[in-house]
Amino acid sequence: MNALTPHIGESDRLRLAPGVMLRNDRRRGEWMLMAPERLLVLDEMALAVVRACVGTEVADVAAGIDRLTAEYDAPRGEVAADVLEMLTDLRNKGYVVT
Amino acid sequence: MSCALPAFATASAADPAPPFAVLMELTHRCPLRCPYCSNPVALDAASAELDTATWKRVLDEAADVGALQVHFSGGEPCVRKDLEELVAHATEIGLYSNLITSAVLLDQPRLERLQRAGLQHVQISLQDSEATGADRVGGFKGGHVKKLEVARAVVRQGLALTINAVLHRHNIDRVNDVIDLAMELGAGRIEIANVQYYGWALANRAALMPSREQLLAMDAAVRARLPELAGRIVVDYVVPDYYARRPKSCMGGWARRFMNVTPRGRVLPCHAAETIPGLEFETVHDRSLSDIWRDGPAFARYRGTAWMPEPCQSCDQKEEDWGGCRCQALALAGSADAADPVCELSPAHAEVAVLRDRDAAALEAEWRYRGV
Repeated sequence: MNALTPHIGESDRLRLAPGVMLRNDRRRGEWMLMAPERLLVLDEMALAVVRACVGTEVADVAAGIDRLTAEYDAPRGEVAADVLEMLTDLRNKGYVVT
Repeated sequence: MSCALPAFATASAADPAPPFAVLMELTHRCPLRCPYCSNPVALDAASAELDTATWKRVLDEAADVGALQVHFSGGEPCVRKDLEELVAHATEIGLYSNLITSAVLLDQPRLERLQRAGLQHVQISLQDSEATGADRVGGFKGGHVKKLEVARAVVRQGLALTINAVLHRHNIDRVNDVIDLAMELGAGRIEIANVQYYGWALANRAALMPSREQLLAMDAAVRARLPELAGRIVVDYVVPDYYARRPKSCMGGWARRFMNVTPRGRVLPCHAAETIPGLEFETVHDRSLSDIWRDGPAFARYRGTAWMPEPCQSCDQKEEDWGGCRCQALALAGSADAADPVCELSPAHAEVAVLRDRDAAALEAEWRYRGV
């Protein structure tokens, strides 16, 4: 990461980028983000983050972090750091957009 | 979170993991005549193309073998009047559809029909950042302007847009302009694709090969911009083969991620595989994609690592680059069984530089346009 690329912040609102969709592949038993000529397999944590923080029905990233903090009964600061890092990575790889 | 394009584990160790995608070359017909076309020098005739019903069956078989995505490609796939019908069928059976196109035959009404059929992503090739050079390379007057119009319509409709910018001696100096153009168009991704020398491009190598100075300037320009581009546009960039020290993981490994079906229905592990003598290819009329994927002789030939010679066999990168590209080994080392000579460990590596420098210096060389 560098100074030119802003991190995702708690006030951002995120949606899946054009052409990206969340899919469950029953054959492989995996959740994935299907994207143009690519896909990303999500582990349990990544899936929870995408569900909580991405989409038009989510108020903002902060609301998603609140939800995850409650669900996982973890310190909010730690959850927020991990979640913002993961969302920034997903944004830089083109899976989500602000 | 794991990285993109994982090789999926399978239940049975005897069967290969399913492919990620099937590339369907619906036709070899194309209004453009780019001298670096990756299609074979001997093109399939329109009369030999699979019909709609057969392509639908092939789509069903792609879903059956476990592919998740289909790439409608060519030639120019939009010359097929049944493209919408095929996209709709792919959507119905749960396949994600990509369209790989020159865009010159597209317009907004057809894009809308394709989107209604379930198309998710359009990849448009650009021949240059500006019309004069672009139309000269494509051999199609007015092509560049038309592409820009269609690219804007793709974004306006909310479809994903990738710009595929093919670089060579005549446009590599404008790489920054090409990136700027892709961003201005609203592309989510740009492939900075240095020409790969197969098919027509191999025949025209002396007219396309950039010089070392050009290559270094382009490489420095792209690397300098990557930090600024992060989060704004996804950049797929690989050092061009002839200037690389290690080979690319061609197709993500032979018969590991992709299947390719030609216009007449031959099933290939990669689109250039027909150049390899002695490989036995089946067609969609012979067996199902599942059977061909599992033990088709052309697929089994270079799958995994058992076939590898030295220096690959004892190399710790052998499951990263999978020995590089078989077609390139054939073209440059004279045998598809050899290590890819792009690798500096290959005994034929020094000859790659000789060929490259000879062709890069052939400034008077003129290309031959793709055609029948």
